[in-house]
Amino acid sequence: MRVLVKRSSAVQEFEVPRHPSQTVLDVVTYIQRKLDPTLAYRYACRVGMCGSCAMTVNGAPRWTCRTHVDRVLKNDELAIAPLRNLPVIRDLVTDMREFFDKWARAQGRFRGGRSKHEDFEKVIPDSPQRKAADAGIECIGCAVCYSACNVVAANPQYLGPAALNRAWTLLKDARSVDAIEKLRAVAGDAGCHACHTHMDCTERCPKHLSPTAAIAGLKRATAKAALKGEL
Amino acid sequence: MTQTVLWLAQRITAAILAVCVVVHLATIIYAVQGGLSAAQILGRTRGNTAWLAFYSLFVLAAAIHAPIGLRTVLGEWLRWRGASREIFLLLFALLLLWAGMRAVLGVFS
Repeated sequence: MRVLVKRSSAVQEFEVPRHPSQTVLDVVTYIQRKLDPTLAYRYACRVGMCGSCAMTVNGAPRWTCRTHVDRVLKNDELAIAPLRNLPVIRDLVTDMREFFDKWARAQGRFRGGRSKHEDFEKVIPDSPQRKAADAGIECIGCAVCYSACNVVAANPQYLGPAALNRAWTLLKDARSVDAIEKLRAVAGDAGCHACHTHMDCTERCPKHLSPTAAIAGLKRATAKAALKGEL
Repeated sequence: MTQTVLWLAQRITAAILAVCVVVHLATIIYAVQGGLSAAQILGRTRGNTAWLAFYSLFVLAAAIHAPIGLRTVLGEWLRWRGASREIFLLLFALLLLWAGMRAVLGVFS
């Protein structure tokens, strides 16, 4: 197959042999090990857990370690580029700092209210609150949603789907405190109210999460808090 | 807080506009199908306070709804943010309100 890799300098073309069950990450690794050792890319676990290897594959952001070539190959051709909406460090490696800084800005840090002298908070697995949190907690921080999001492209201040999804799961966590502070952090033009509900994040999330639903939840929660004068 | 209130205002006015637009279109179709003349239409609208209240609400909802949407468009497409944008949008809202109410009152009185 023909593989076009967008590198820092220019697009470079490679010829890579096909194999059964070959992933896009296998292709990039083959290029780096056999054809051009100067190619920079990032990966760690290779099994869809760490969120390191996301790239743009034939125009769409994907986790490359679990994307089979069979599924994405078009006319025996594969175009691989770095993730969109993030600064490129080199070749296929993007700078993820802004992405994770936004998690911090969205109050994505867990903070509990109990000391070690108190009993554990009771978490009821079947409660609607816990189910809402469970629906979003499997995020691996791969930035595929962030790269797919058109609002991030148009509004660089926007916190993005992953950070807002994180804030929503904490808001729904019975053990988490500072709910109003969290809502203040995610309200406004840089937060949940900037979302246009295009659902690019939900369509692309490799873990099949729905950041759109999380953001809609934040919109409802902030609206309620605003009406009560708490925001 | 302000942006949350703006979002809420846009959602509420969207719900109002959804009803208003349907009633408005149905009224137009009824008037055209029935072959009403301008004089007959004015005969029904002049002094009709229910009609005045309905279209005043329509105009008010539009004057609130449109500038909030335009605010996002200006921010994302032209990167126009800050106080100057808000002043422009306030003037735009007043323009919509003035033009709309002028039309409503023109047919009412």
